[in-house]
Amino acid sequence: MSAKSSSKLFDKAIVRAAIRESFVKLDPRVQVKNPVMFVVLVSAVLVTGLLVRDVAVSRDVLVNLQIAVWLWFTVLFANFAEAMAEGRGKAQAEALRRGKKETTARRLTKKGEEKVAATELRKGDQIVVEAGEVIAGDGTVVEGVASVDESAITGESAPVIREAGGDRSAVTGGTRVLSDRIVVEITSNPGESFLDRMIALVEGASRQKTPNEIALSILLSGLTLVFLLATATLRPFALYAGGQVSTAVLIALLVCLIPTTIGGLLSAIGIAGMDRVLQHNVLAMSGRAVEAAGDVNVLLLDKTGTITLGNRQAREFHAAPGVTERVLAEAAQLSSLADETPEGRSIVVLAKEKFGLRGRHLEGMHFVAFSAATRMSGVDHGERRIRKGAAEAITAWAARQGGAIPPEVSAVVTKIATEGGTPILVAENKRVLGVIALRDVVKTGIRERFDRLRAMGIRTIMITGDNPLTAAAIAREAGVDDFLAEARPEDKLALIRREQEGGNLVAMTGDGTNDAPALAQADVGLAMNTGTQAAKEAGNMVDLDSNPTKLIEVVEIGKQLLMTRGALTTFSIANDVAKYFAILPAMFMATYPALGALNVMRLATPQSAILSAVIFNALIIVVLIPLALRGVKYRPLGAARILSNNLMIFGAGGLAVPFLGIKLIDIVIAALGLA
Amino acid sequence: MTVLAISKILVFFGVVLALTPPLGAFMKRVFSREKTFLDPVLLPAENLIYRVTGIDPDEDQSWKTWTIAMLAVNTAGLVALYVIQRLQAFLPLNPNGFGAVAPDLAWNTAVSFTTNTNWQSFSGESTLSHFTQMVGLAFQNFLSAATGIAVAVAVIRGLAREKAKGIGNFFVDCTRALLWVLLPVSLLAALFFVSRGVVQNFQKDVTITTVEGAGQKIAQGPVASQEAIKMFGTNGGGFFNANSAHPYENPTPGTNFVQTVLIFAIGAALTRTLGLMTGSPRHGWAVFSAMALLFLSGAFAAAWAEQAGNPVHQKLGVASAPTEGGTGGNMEGKEVRFGITDSALFATVTTDASCGAVNSMHDSFTPLGGLVLLANMATGEVIFGGVGAGLYGIFIFIVLTVFIAGLMVGRTPEYLGKKIEAHEVKLAMLSVLVLTVAILGFTALAAVTKAGLAGLNNKGPHGFSEMLYAYTSGAGNNGSAFAGLSANTLFYNLTLGIDMFLGRYFMLIPILAIAGSLAGKRKLPASAGTFPVTGPVFTVLLVSIVLIVGALTFFPAFSLGPVVEHLLMSEGQLF
Repeated sequence: MSAKSSSKLFDKAIVRAAIRESFVKLDPRVQVKNPVMFVVLVSAVLVTGLLVRDVAVSRDVLVNLQIAVWLWFTVLFANFAEAMAEGRGKAQAEALRRGKKETTARRLTKKGEEKVAATELRKGDQIVVEAGEVIAGDGTVVEGVASVDESAITGESAPVIREAGGDRSAVTGGTRVLSDRIVVEITSNPGESFLDRMIALVEGASRQKTPNEIALSILLSGLTLVFLLATATLRPFALYAGGQVSTAVLIALLVCLIPTTIGGLLSAIGIAGMDRVLQHNVLAMSGRAVEAAGDVNVLLLDKTGTITLGNRQAREFHAAPGVTERVLAEAAQLSSLADETPEGRSIVVLAKEKFGLRGRHLEGMHFVAFSAATRMSGVDHGERRIRKGAAEAITAWAARQGGAIPPEVSAVVTKIATEGGTPILVAENKRVLGVIALRDVVKTGIRERFDRLRAMGIRTIMITGDNPLTAAAIAREAGVDDFLAEARPEDKLALIRREQEGGNLVAMTGDGTNDAPALAQADVGLAMNTGTQAAKEAGNMVDLDSNPTKLIEVVEIGKQLLMTRGALTTFSIANDVAKYFAILPAMFMATYPALGALNVMRLATPQSAILSAVIFNALIIVVLIPLALRGVKYRPLGAARILSNNLMIFGAGGLAVPFLGIKLIDIVIAALGLA
Repeated sequence: MTVLAISKILVFFGVVLALTPPLGAFMKRVFSREKTFLDPVLLPAENLIYRVTGIDPDEDQSWKTWTIAMLAVNTAGLVALYVIQRLQAFLPLNPNGFGAVAPDLAWNTAVSFTTNTNWQSFSGESTLSHFTQMVGLAFQNFLSAATGIAVAVAVIRGLAREKAKGIGNFFVDCTRALLWVLLPVSLLAALFFVSRGVVQNFQKDVTITTVEGAGQKIAQGPVASQEAIKMFGTNGGGFFNANSAHPYENPTPGTNFVQTVLIFAIGAALTRTLGLMTGSPRHGWAVFSAMALLFLSGAFAAAWAEQAGNPVHQKLGVASAPTEGGTGGNMEGKEVRFGITDSALFATVTTDASCGAVNSMHDSFTPLGGLVLLANMATGEVIFGGVGAGLYGIFIFIVLTVFIAGLMVGRTPEYLGKKIEAHEVKLAMLSVLVLTVAILGFTALAAVTKAGLAGLNNKGPHGFSEMLYAYTSGAGNNGSAFAGLSANTLFYNLTLGIDMFLGRYFMLIPILAIAGSLAGKRKLPASAGTFPVTGPVFTVLLVSIVLIVGALTFFPAFSLGPVVEHLLMSEGQLF
């Protein structure tokens, strides 16, 4: 899938499809789902009907014709916004469908194996997949190890390892095995697979209104009713005053007053929010999940891989008494030259950085690889036999040769261990040279991210299997607010429950099967795509890149989604003030010429005033489509700051912009002689 | 505007501000059933009431039970008041021998006093017996005020409680409001009024011979006892038709000042009670500030408009310009013992607080002055508001503010830790709609029907303002009138009765439902990401929402009434 495709907003093909779709969506059965726009549609039909009548009695229809046209445009523009938002998802779904070729599977039976179509596979079937073959359905590896190309799902071209047992056993239908042979037990029935769900999600087929969206729709419908009353009663009021108000003008006023701007863009905002999550290669199972992410105020983050780099690294050399640090560093480096583990490489690098020691000729060196039995590794070079490894292992090894560990070194070992580091002893023959301290390395920039989260009112809790001392040290370094040490899966679950009891919304990441209960309990559970099927099913989002740090971005997108809705609602309501000043004096100019004093914009004629307001009302939807699709600018600030910033832009701006806009349109209309 | 006018308004506001903390804290103690200094006297009385009526004061009622209890008590009051009016000829204390009140007027009056509106389509001194005034009207004055306070307290509980099934007990809230708050203050105020010359007797009309030798009937009655609760309970129904302009109701500038303060006292103090009971005193002050901002702008605008007077008169050399110490400006319909400022201030306060007592003719205000009064009522009577009604009215606006602006901070909107969701938004919009339907719907009906137009004494936009004012006043449970309207007709008695009924109970039920729903929710802890409901930004936001929702709904109607009248007046045309 081309999830990381261009973030260009207006792709030509999408725009073309969206224009077509705008007309298809005129279907009243579609419109009725959006009460505000439904009122506009009915208004457009009514004014068109009046137009036909006026033509029949050959009245001057220039202005009413234009009002009708712009009312239709208002509906079409709103449809266009929604179609644009859907278009991007549809393009992605199309790409996914193309990749979902009709595959066959080799199903295992009692007698051997048989070839069946992928669609015939059911839960519990076992299939064999070999190098070059496509995995026919979602499942769990029950036998063997294989490298798998998952680029069809994740867009990531580097192959991943899938093996039986453990947390890397899940495979996804539509991915290709590159090497070896595995047996997969199918875990989903046709039509329910990950790929199917993904297509449905990006297409928006299964989109349901989210709780906040429903509440907002109710508010907008309520306002629409209020304005319906305010305009409908104008007819009797005008009658009392001895004046006449044409139905077309009343309808124009109604459409201008009801919140069409937010009403027309509401669903586009929601779809675009889901889409933005997808652009980050995160698959949200529902809009509700994205919205919940915005509400989260506690983040549970695993230490390893999220806060710290995956592996510990050498940070210090502590030489034994009578040994220089350089000697220790040299020995440590020699012993690690053939050690390809990240820890081993970090020792070589540290020695190089500190003392400029470089790799030497390896002739005559005999490397001793690490084994679980000896728990040490090293090198033999002539007389020199250097070993490094766990404290007990090296102590025992030295003792066998008549050496002993100096008490100072023992003390350092204990100290490093209590601080959360891993002490590695280095010995040459019977002499213990000193200790290498391996420590966790906190990811660069993570501290700043936590500061940003704190500013947004979100607390971070680090989850680690380390002892409390170690955990505290890392927590301090990384700047998290709290930590859970020596955490077992059930502790995680209990912590989430406790936070939720206190009224907090909790987000977490996880990949293992034992994470599943916690993922399900959390309000936002982001499962890693590399994780087990159980984890992916328990969470309500899947990160296709398996990067746990992304939880932070998801939270930001959720917040941005809600902010965009609030901002456009505020803007829409604030707009009405100017529209009143345009339309009311125009409406009653004939009855009460004195009301001309309210025509503060000095619009040319009553007709052009009404028309300008209607045109502004339609065009503002188009102008705001990019904002609806991209979301309002997000800055990690406290709620009070965000509120006053957005109020200035969308509240004060919403008051001022239409005065300018309507005046400009009026000038154009007057110049063109349209009214 | 003169310095004297400005300082009078500020001094008045200062007194209200000073009363808010002690009275608010006292009410918090009363409704939390904590100890107060009045307990030795009142606790036995309270317990006696519960014992006699069989009320279990410890029962926690769900919002539905609470609402049913409230409706039952109010309906009983409504029926009783109707019956008393119809039967007053056979009841005692009728020295003037008044006959039964007509059915449509009795209905209108019964609804009016039960809903704390006190719209009066009648003249008290020529229609009602002392018995009807005391047992019928004054009792309802107490009950309707206590009901309003009880609703406000229930709403506050909804916010303060967490995962609770109930919102308190209506009978207890109502009884405590009566015994601890309304009765003691009314007693003191009545004594003060009597000391300043307000009458309190059971005599019949006294006929005297005036200096010109003509005979004049002067009405008598138990006025002081009714006057105190009329103001303190923001009822506003006067013993006399002239209301607080009558020298027997409001004899001196001193009584006038006290009356004005009494109107705002409970409404202002409840914001403090809100802050204390929800554990967020700063939120209470933020709500107070929003109300204060609206009040001060209205008061200054009205005083300015009245002092500026009528340009048409000025051209003719009739009215003098306002001076320090002199009146000047638009004195039409105002008592000389109060003058412009005290009248404009009283009118602003009485329309802010859905009181409806008047010490001047609102009909005679300048168009802009009248617009201020109309706008005060149309915004839903939330500027300190009627006792309790102001708080539960602003509560709706707070819910809307929190929802609209709350989304802008990127979280599901929450109010003091309670999530505002579809259910609450729906109910809040419902009560906004009720108000709109009642005001605009009935005005439109009156504007095009013969029966409606028959009541008008003025033509053109001023006549329109009279109708608009009547239905706004009714739905807002204010009760004051642009007196130009002859409202004692079948049409107005019926429609205004329905208008008042809708404006009270159809507002209340959604509000109590929200309170019930919020009480059941968990309280989310506040963090830096929480929408702030304290501080100046929130205050300004709340004011804007009140103004915008009010303005957007009623702007067309206003522009056809007072606005155009003002513009025409500038051109020299009067109505």
